[in-house]
Amino acid sequence: MSTPTDAAQPAWVRTTHWLNALGAILMVLSGWRIYNASPLFQFRFPDSFTLGGWLAGALMWHFAAMWLLVVNGIVYLVLNVLTGRARRRFLPLSPRQFVADLDAALHGHLSHDDLTRYNAVQKAAYVGATVLLVLMVLSGLVLWKSVQFPLLRMLMGGYESARVVHFLAMCGLVVFFVVHVVMAVRVPRTLRAMILGR
Amino acid sequence: MSPNNVMRPQTRLSRGDQRELVKDASRLLPAPARRLFLRRGATLGGLAMLTGCSVTDSKTAESMLMAVSRFNDRVQAWLFDPKQLAPTYPASSIQRPFPFNAYYGIDKVPFVDAQSFRLKVGGRVRQPGSWSLEQLASLPQEQQVTRLICVEGWSAIGQWGGVPFALFLNRVGADLTAKYVGFKCADDYYQSIDMPTALHPQTILALTFGGRTLPPPFGFPMKLRMPTKLGYKNPKHIVEIFVTNDYPGGYWEDQGYNWFGGS
Repeated sequence: MSTPTDAAQPAWVRTTHWLNALGAILMVLSGWRIYNASPLFQFRFPDSFTLGGWLAGALMWHFAAMWLLVVNGIVYLVLNVLTGRARRRFLPLSPRQFVADLDAALHGHLSHDDLTRYNAVQKAAYVGATVLLVLMVLSGLVLWKSVQFPLLRMLMGGYESARVVHFLAMCGLVVFFVVHVVMAVRVPRTLRAMILGR
Repeated sequence: MSPNNVMRPQTRLSRGDQRELVKDASRLLPAPARRLFLRRGATLGGLAMLTGCSVTDSKTAESMLMAVSRFNDRVQAWLFDPKQLAPTYPASSIQRPFPFNAYYGIDKVPFVDAQSFRLKVGGRVRQPGSWSLEQLASLPQEQQVTRLICVEGWSAIGQWGGVPFALFLNRVGADLTAKYVGFKCADDYYQSIDMPTALHPQTILALTFGGRTLPPPFGFPMKLRMPTKLGYKNPKHIVEIFVTNDYPGGYWEDQGYNWFGGS
C-alpha cells in the first residue's frame, strides 16, 4: 500500500501537468494564427502549424482553451501550496547551486536517480515556466480587456507593449517546451513517472 | 484577381491583397457556403480546399466552441464596468495616416449624399423617425482621442467627435432596459451592441474625425465610436439605428467572431 508521498508524481500533479500541456499547446497554436492576422515582427507562423483555420476560428479556440489553462493552473498552484509540495520540491533555490548543476548538466554529469528530488536547473526551469504562464495570462488579460484592467495595463506598459510581453513570454515558453521534451526523452523514467506516478 | 491565385496558396500576394481576396470571396458566397467557409477557414489554403474536399470537420467541436463564445459574452458583460473609462491620449499621439479597415477595399467605400441623407431611428423608442445630419450636428458634441483596437491585434490612436450616444438614446426616448441596440449601414454591414455599452460615457455617435467631417473611408456620415469595444463592433456608414430585445447579430459575429467583443 503506497502513500501519496511515495509516488514521484502524485495523481493531481500528473493530471494538472497533462491538462496544462494540452491547454498551453492549444493556446500557442491558436495564438500563432492570431499573430498572423497582424504580425508584430517581419515573419509569420506557417499556417499549417496553427489552429483555427482563420482568425475567428483561432480566437474561438484561444478564448476556450484559456479557461482550461487558467482553471487548471489555479488548481495546480493552490494544491502545490496546500500540500507543501511547492516548498519541498522547489525550495531552496540557490543561484550557486543552479550554476553548479547547470555546469554538471552540460557536461552530462547530472544524475536523475531520485525522481522525488529536482536539481537546481529543474527547479529554476519549472518555476520559470510557471512564471511565464502567469505572465502570459496577465498580459493576455490586458490584450483581451485592456479597458477593464487599468492597473494591469499600466504594469504591462500599455496595450501595445502588452502585445510584446505576451509574445516574448510565449517564446520563452516554447523554448522551455523544447528543452523539456528533449530532457524527458533523454531520461524516459521521468516521462514514465509523469504518466504512471513512479 | 484570377482564379489561378485562389488555387495556388503559395502564390506570393501581399498581405493586404490576401485579405482583400478572402474578403471578396467570402462576400460572393451564399450563406450556407459561407458557414462552410467558416468551418474550412477563410484563408487562401482554406479557399483552395473548399473546391475539392468534403466536409469532414467535427461539428461537435464547432458547436462546443460557439457555446464557449456565448459563455464568454456573459463573462464580458459581467466584467464590464460602466464607469471604467478607456485611456485618452494627447493630440500628439494621434496616428497619421490612420489605417483604413473594412471587409472590402478602400475603392468600395459607399457614397452617401449628405443633403438627402436621413438617419432612421426605430424599434423600442418613443420617438421613431428620421434625422438629418444638420439635426444631429445641432445636438451637444464631444471629442475624444482614444485607441482603436482591432481584433487582428493592431491598434491606432485617433480623434473622434460627435453626439454622446446616451444623450441621443434619451432624446429619442429609447427603452433603456432593452437588451440591444442594432445598426444597419450603407455598406451592408450590420452590427449590434449591449445596452450598458451603448450608455457608456465614451460611446459617441461620431460625426467628425480629426476635427473634420468624418471622411468616407472612416464612416461618413456617421460611425458609432466605442473605445470599450474592438474595431469591428464600431459600425461605420450608419443609416439606421434600432432598439430591440431580439438578438440582431453582426456581420462578423455571424461568421464566428465573438459578439460582445469588448476590451
